[in-house]
Amino acid sequence: MANSAGKIGAITTSGVAIAAALLVMCLGTLAAVLLRAGDAGFDPADAAAIRFTVAQAAVSALLSVLLAVPVARALARRQFAGRSVLITLLGAPFLVPVVVAVLGLLAVFGRQGVLNTGLVTLGLPAVSIYGFHGVVLAHVFFNLPLAVRMILQGWQAIPAERFRLGSSLGFAPSDILRHLERPMLREVLPGAALVIFTLCLSSFAVALTLGGGPRATTVELAIYQALRFDFDLGRAAMLSATQYALCATAVLLSLRFVQTPGFGAGLDRTAITWGGLGRWHRLSDGVAIGLASLFLILPLALLAARGLPALFDLPAAVWPAIARSLIVAGVCTALTTIAAILLAAAIVQGRFAKMLEFAGMLPLAASGLVLGTGLFLILHPWVAVERLTLPVTTLVNATLALPFVLRIILPTMRKIEADFGRLATSINLSSFARWRWLILPRLRAPLGFATGLVAALSIGDLGVVALFAGDRGVTLPLLVQRLMGAYRMEAAAGVALVLISVSFAVFWLLDWGGRWNADA
Amino acid sequence: MLMLEDLRITKGDFTLDANWSVAAGMRLAIIGPSGAGKSTLLMAIAGFIQLAAGRITWAGQDIAALAPGDRPLSILFQDQNLFPHLTVTQNLGLGLSPRLALTADHRAQIADVLSRVGLSGMGLRKPGDLSGGQQGRVALARALLRARPLLLLDEPFAALGPALKAEMLDLVTEVATDTGATVLLVTHDPADAKRFADQTVLVADGKAHQPRLTAQVFADPPAALATYLGS
Repeated sequence: MANSAGKIGAITTSGVAIAAALLVMCLGTLAAVLLRAGDAGFDPADAAAIRFTVAQAAVSALLSVLLAVPVARALARRQFAGRSVLITLLGAPFLVPVVVAVLGLLAVFGRQGVLNTGLVTLGLPAVSIYGFHGVVLAHVFFNLPLAVRMILQGWQAIPAERFRLGSSLGFAPSDILRHLERPMLREVLPGAALVIFTLCLSSFAVALTLGGGPRATTVELAIYQALRFDFDLGRAAMLSATQYALCATAVLLSLRFVQTPGFGAGLDRTAITWGGLGRWHRLSDGVAIGLASLFLILPLALLAARGLPALFDLPAAVWPAIARSLIVAGVCTALTTIAAILLAAAIVQGRFAKMLEFAGMLPLAASGLVLGTGLFLILHPWVAVERLTLPVTTLVNATLALPFVLRIILPTMRKIEADFGRLATSINLSSFARWRWLILPRLRAPLGFATGLVAALSIGDLGVVALFAGDRGVTLPLLVQRLMGAYRMEAAAGVALVLISVSFAVFWLLDWGGRWNADA
Repeated sequence: MLMLEDLRITKGDFTLDANWSVAAGMRLAIIGPSGAGKSTLLMAIAGFIQLAAGRITWAGQDIAALAPGDRPLSILFQDQNLFPHLTVTQNLGLGLSPRLALTADHRAQIADVLSRVGLSGMGLRKPGDLSGGQQGRVALARALLRARPLLLLDEPFAALGPALKAEMLDLVTEVATDTGATVLLVTHDPADAKRFADQTVLVADGKAHQPRLTAQVFADPPAALATYLGS
């Protein structure tokens, strides 16, 4: 603002303070890790973990993207009942807690799953879901929808006039592919693959539940094992430093090459229609959409069927677990949201904007287990970290969620300042009135969405909590994982159903709260 | 009296100079080709653009150091003059109480000013439910409530049709005459200047020229204005 050029305001000060806290969280833990890692070397198992991590991430990214292309194309050119619902549902796996999805996948592909039951009935050998392909399968389950959304965005970015021009020139689908679609895919696919590769690099919960053993351990899982079972701090630190390097490299690459996809709406724009689609194309589109829907819906439906009876016989531990999960999520959401709003406000004011934005994106290069290890190394000489499980989990989750919230609200904050900043200044709105009557009312919808997202992710998170929790800090996802580990699959399914219901309900409530009675 | 003393505004390699004054209660039009700096001049007076040199005084007091909201003026922008998520009453209330803690007295004032601009009973509507002309009236009503001696208009009615625009300008004239306000109107339309302004300033070639009587300006246009008018 023109009038405050001289002095640094309260907003900028708090923005700088938050950026400093993020630096401490991300780089302070890195420093702790590096200091401790000094003397440890790689052993063959660690090298295998690194290879596995990179390989599974690459294969997951490649498969997700390749399978997404026909689905996105079908959605781009087909108009059918339920299309917009389906596109909305493609955003849902992002909110499905990993342990829930894994249980769902087990219901289809597991030892007792429908697939193996069928194979055995037919006299064929059963297949195992555990190991490399299981990890990849779960990653494709989560990331196929994300890839479809990113690629669909690419399709819809092609102006409708191009397609119209194409049909007026009598293009067959193969010509359209060559002149319009292939150039678009060449631009979009590498970015989409890179985003998914980055996400899969820091996979922990999937590897914990479907991987394991010397041949299917990610670096994150290796950190967990080093810290939790071997109590080998040097090795945990060395692995954490490695993981940091991997993630930071991938994030830098994707920031450089990728137009980050929006979370927002706009994808349910009506389908592009053009003539000249033969029966074969219509059939293949139908098959692509049908198979993708089945792959995404069947595991959750089977899980629901399996978990429903168990709902009447839930273990007593579920109630305190719900309370813990809600408290962790509530505090985490409040922390992240307040920090992100203040940071965004400071960025909009323009002082140190570049640096503040960089600090806000820094957690993207961190991962839960790495931050957890760093905090453990810093804290454990002084306190029994196990007793701090929930505060540490909250802090780590809040840090990791901040970039997402910042990305969702920053564009709106910028627009508020651009549209109404001068008006507010000209009528001398106090800073209280600016927040109360201008910024918060206009920020409500994205804020509702962002808080819903953070709360749901935090409720479903199985990361750093697994690192520290004893018997007292058990959250809902951890309870599911422990029931699974004890082979109490029915009970696990029941608790998983509770977990997914709680996290969807919280998301829906917050998102709806943001849009309720909202206008202009 | 509003005085611009050796005023200079620079933006990159663009500069605008002004050195003149307007008597209190005067209605002044600022015309000129687009990009000449009409709005820039207004924004500088309102405090949204820093001066490179010179002073702006009102009634002998330098106002250039004041924050925009503390200057003795109200401004209507080209658009976004109202908060779309607030009702008409709330939008007007922000002109009276920045915390929007409205007393009975405030409410009476708001009702009063609404009837003054012909919008009685519309206090609970939101800007989206009003026509463009009605929105302009609400913005004008807020300026009335703030009761500042200077009113700056940056083509706020440009999107309205000719008849509606003339009607709004007449309303501004009426209000300004009642309150004794000094009005500066930026416009690209000579008809606005002729209809509304006692005096007219031509902005062209990096300079905001001395104000002259509007009738004289158009009877004997300087070369830059003649080029702009195409006559």
